[in-house]
Amino acid sequence: MQDQDALFQFLLRMGDNTLVLGHRVSEWCGVSPVLEEDIALANTALDMIGQTQFWLGLAGEVEGKGRTADDLAFLRDVWDFRNVLLVELPNGDFGQTLMRQFLFDAWASIMLGHLMTSTDKRVADIAEKASKEVAYHVERSAGTVVGLGDGTPESHAKMQAALDLLYPYVGELFESDDVDAAMVSAGIAPDPASLRDAYDALIERVLTEATLTVPASKFTHKGGRTGYMHTEHLGHMLTQMQWLQRAYPGATW
Amino acid sequence: MYAQLVKTAGSGVKSREEMSENEQDFQNRVDADQKIEPKDWMPDDYRATLIRQIGQHAHSEIVGQLPEGNWITRAPTLERKAILLAKVQDEAGHGLYLYCAAETLGVTRDELTEELLSGRMKYSSIFNYPTLNWADIGAVGWLVDGAAIMNQVPLQRTSYGPYSRAMIRICKEESFHQRQGYDIMMKMAQGTDAQKKMAQDALNRLWYPSLMMFGPSDKDSVHSAQSLAWKIKIDTNDELRQRFVDQTVPQAKYLGLTIPDENLKWNEERGAHDYSDPNWSEFFDVIKGNGPCNTDRMNTRIKAWEDGAWVREGLMAHADKKAARKQAMTAAE
Repeated sequence: MQDQDALFQFLLRMGDNTLVLGHRVSEWCGVSPVLEEDIALANTALDMIGQTQFWLGLAGEVEGKGRTADDLAFLRDVWDFRNVLLVELPNGDFGQTLMRQFLFDAWASIMLGHLMTSTDKRVADIAEKASKEVAYHVERSAGTVVGLGDGTPESHAKMQAALDLLYPYVGELFESDDVDAAMVSAGIAPDPASLRDAYDALIERVLTEATLTVPASKFTHKGGRTGYMHTEHLGHMLTQMQWLQRAYPGATW
Repeated sequence: MYAQLVKTAGSGVKSREEMSENEQDFQNRVDADQKIEPKDWMPDDYRATLIRQIGQHAHSEIVGQLPEGNWITRAPTLERKAILLAKVQDEAGHGLYLYCAAETLGVTRDELTEELLSGRMKYSSIFNYPTLNWADIGAVGWLVDGAAIMNQVPLQRTSYGPYSRAMIRICKEESFHQRQGYDIMMKMAQGTDAQKKMAQDALNRLWYPSLMMFGPSDKDSVHSAQSLAWKIKIDTNDELRQRFVDQTVPQAKYLGLTIPDENLKWNEERGAHDYSDPNWSEFFDVIKGNGPCNTDRMNTRIKAWEDGAWVREGLMAHADKKAARKQAMTAAE
């Protein structure tokens, strides 16, 4: 694989994760359980969309075909998306949304920490900016997971159910392939598999405090970050997200 | 803005002779533009009216998230999505300041929420209209936030300190929103034929509902005098509406859009535009619950509140456990 192709794929993976999760979080607008959460969810979504602009902007630049971040976000079909399956899953209830956020934030905080020392300065710069936001996201999502896990019997049961549902999607974050090998050899990004121990330690600490049990099976669904097989949910999300750009091609908004 | 038809408590403006000593001192302070603070003495009716007004404003910020949230997931570019998210986040923040301002008057946020969900308290009529195309998001910023600013700028000088300070913060953000809204309208008005059509369609539907935001005509607004005397209302409904029309007409012209009012024309003598009143019977229908989106908006808020109960209870239970553990640790030391 050419280095530029691999870098492009890597940047799509980073940008599509934040794009898709940012979109999912934005679906909560105005209907969260409490006003402070409306503010926090909008803020989280906003940060993630901001990060998307950087990652996909750089992806377009690296690709060299003149595509902008918007072109990549709004004019690709499902099979060209490179996000992990975890982030495209529907929101479910508030607990499920926050559990998904925590499982992602924990990974992002570790990944971005490594990317800050990337040999590619553009990558390192984005990581540095994003890591400040993600440090806050993970603190908040971890705090909420603990609060609800160790809350009432009802909230505990819902959080355990959310963890059981989502945990089989976590492993995909640590899959490695040719793209990752190329990133490692160029010193641009770490091998995803190498982040797993730190991740397990982080989530173990939080989930224990939340009185929740990590499922024993390490089975993982995958197919998102390679684009081989997304869930059925992504297509529906894109029909909504991309609708104006698709219905009125060439317009400036 | 977002406070319309707020019923002023009491039986109308009292003469100096009718006022008690406390009431006279209070009115003297208001007349001298001194701020009234939470611990100061204030007439019960002043307190009750402020709770209604600030509460209605806060509720409007909360319900106002919904018509805009309707387009967040369909925003056409990443930048537009980010701007809209930031705006909705600001609005939730405004709701928070306003509930806090209301709490200084002795009512809790939960109590006010219950009043909203049971239908005893209202929110601005404007949010009972739908957002049907992307230009509506521009028009909401341009017209709805524009109308809100028209009302809120004078309210920065309102007599109640916490309300005044909340308004100062809110106004800064609202004028930013209005500029962003106008920017969307510019793009649409200068865009393709389809985009121009969206822009005109948005203006056609939102013009009169925006005029309604200032509340009924002064001649039908029975409660204004006392609120004006207390300086919790600074200008009359018609004064604000006129100012809004005069400000908006040249902006629409610049966009190349047509305000849907055949009677709209400059009146040299008055130095202001003549314009048609909105359909007031439609306004009262909306207030009574018969607007196009009243049922949807309320059902959405009720569902959000009910679905979120387990979250609020869970987080409270956790906070209690944490406090108890801390206490036990302190006791053991």
